[in-house]
Amino acid sequence: MNSPSNEAITQYKEARPPPIASVGIIGWLRHNLFSSVSNTILTLVSIYLLSIAIPAIVDWVILSSQISGDTRFDCKVEGACWAWIDQRLGQFLFGFYPASERWRVVIAFILLFPALIPWLTHGIPGQRYLRWFSVAYPVIATILLAGGFGLQEVPTDKFGGFMLNLIVGLSGIVLSLPVGIVLALGRQSKLPLIRWFSIGFIEAVRGVPLITLLFVSNILLPIFLPPDVTLDSIIRVIIMVTAFASAYMAEVIRGGLQAIPSGQYEAADAMGLNYWKSMRLIILPQALRVSIPGIVNTFIGLFKDTTLVIVIGLFDILGIANAMVSNPDWLGLSTETYVFVAAFFFAVCFSMSRYSMWLERRLARQRH
Amino acid sequence: MKRFSLLIAAMTLISGVASAGTLDDVKKRGALQCGINTGLAGFAYTDDNGKWAGFDVAYCRALASAVLGNPDKVKYVNLTGKNRFPALASGEIDVLSRNTTWTFSRDVKLGFTFVGVSYYDGQGFIGRKKLGVKSAKELDGASICIQTGTTTELNLADFFRVNKIKYEPVPIETNEEARKAYLAERCDVYTTDASGLAATKSTFADADKHMVFPEIISKEPLGPLVRQGDDAWADIARWTLNALINAEEYGVTSGNIDKMLKGTKNPEINRMLGTEGSLGEMLGLQKDWAVKALKAGGNYGEIFDRYLGEKTPLGLSRGLNALWNNGGVLYAPPMR
Repeated sequence: MNSPSNEAITQYKEARPPPIASVGIIGWLRHNLFSSVSNTILTLVSIYLLSIAIPAIVDWVILSSQISGDTRFDCKVEGACWAWIDQRLGQFLFGFYPASERWRVVIAFILLFPALIPWLTHGIPGQRYLRWFSVAYPVIATILLAGGFGLQEVPTDKFGGFMLNLIVGLSGIVLSLPVGIVLALGRQSKLPLIRWFSIGFIEAVRGVPLITLLFVSNILLPIFLPPDVTLDSIIRVIIMVTAFASAYMAEVIRGGLQAIPSGQYEAADAMGLNYWKSMRLIILPQALRVSIPGIVNTFIGLFKDTTLVIVIGLFDILGIANAMVSNPDWLGLSTETYVFVAAFFFAVCFSMSRYSMWLERRLARQRH
Repeated sequence: MKRFSLLIAAMTLISGVASAGTLDDVKKRGALQCGINTGLAGFAYTDDNGKWAGFDVAYCRALASAVLGNPDKVKYVNLTGKNRFPALASGEIDVLSRNTTWTFSRDVKLGFTFVGVSYYDGQGFIGRKKLGVKSAKELDGASICIQTGTTTELNLADFFRVNKIKYEPVPIETNEEARKAYLAERCDVYTTDASGLAATKSTFADADKHMVFPEIISKEPLGPLVRQGDDAWADIARWTLNALINAEEYGVTSGNIDKMLKGTKNPEINRMLGTEGSLGEMLGLQKDWAVKALKAGGNYGEIFDRYLGEKTPLGLSRGLNALWNNGGVLYAPPMR
């Protein structure tokens, strides 16, 4: 009777460690990279391709590159020739903005953060006051950039480089969201006039390429306007880019509105809310949350479209790059300049994409 | 092009009524609005200080200097191949100096006036020396990189049809892509305007292994143009260009002009520089308009040497663009 098997077990045995092949680095590798034959093949092929590409890229960008020199002919290396950055960085960032006044652009850029952040997140100290600051920001930035009030005036045709991409892109983004919401609501309106106008605007603007709109704004508008009325070309671009993006935005948000079950509309009506209250408190918060990926998608598209301003003779960062590689001293450095420009666009677009993912996660947490 | 032409004609009509005197407009504005390229090697590019420079830009500066007395009083409007003509027609610019080929239809149908030829270009070929080909006529069966939708494409087809030889076109969108494709040996030969070939060749690490074939298969006379209907303004634009060319012929340079102003034995120089006669007044300008134009950047030869010539990376020889008495075809009418 006293066999060991009958002895009462009074304490748990220490769990044995999992097999060595399922934990740690080896486990991770097995689970993620070599979990099946096809995955193993894919992994090996990828490693092979990366082993070719990465050393070559690092070698071209860094190891065999050269960063000093006055002209292309000073670059004697096999890799990239970055010598132009030293002289041209200012042009890439500020275009033809006078060098002595560039500090104003820098200040406007720094002030952009306190203006933007209170709208992007919660729990910032003094958020209310910062939001009032954001409302004033466009005026402050315009004065800083264009001059007036004691600052030297800088004509807008001197604006250029990445600064121009940011001005046009951010203005378009900030303006196209509200306009897009209004158009989306208008398209669903029960008032025929508003509905027809919204549908007409959305379809007409979406039906033509942005480049055509820019062209029209630049070439045809001056003919129809009276001779003494001139509209600044950057303002014209911002209007056209905003119109274009808000037509797309309206359709993205309409998709979000249609994803809301009709019970929500009926519940809002049952609560006795009027149209605007039900939209503001019930419908739009849900619709916008559903639409975030589409909205950010439109923003990113809009930001990249800012390079099209070259067709009306404004020099964004890409235009500056093209004008630079036409200089006999720097002929043929197009690969280097395009890589450089691409880095700027990637930084902005990637940040927007990460922010939208963070926002989606935060809103999902609030919901549950 | 055809799509635009009617529109442009209409725009010219409207703006022609709106502003009768371009010269008065320019003086009132205090700046010449000059249409230039968005970036073309040697012709229009930015220098390290963000200032526009180049062969086409130099003409804008000379004209502004002749009219307003200051070569810096230019507002540059950068134009693409597509919007250059609407910009001129709508009055957004006063003069277009953007490597534009003078053709019948542009001159007649679009309602512009070409004021002369500032650069005689023509389509040529570049190929590797190892092909063992000495002339474009020996290119039977070769693959050729061409920019699509340009006159070069049509010229090429004509050239090969006339010479009864076959080729394989490799269509490419831009000059830069074509350069890359040629270097990657996707084609045996690349064809574009000779000035563009020189710019392309200057970027090659192994430039001595390539050669530009002697054949030039098309005429591409590039020059400034203005709106039709304002002949007084066209005269100013035309004679500013002629003054630059004549100055080279007479040996007037930015270096010796001050000495020549004290009077020379050549009455033609004296008339041009305003020390004799009244050419400036006839144009509605100051007496010393040509002096100012020349002080902006020197005579034609000096401008050519500075931006395109053999001492620049482009290394273009004068060729057709030499003076008529020097083996070229530059021949400006006399200043009298």
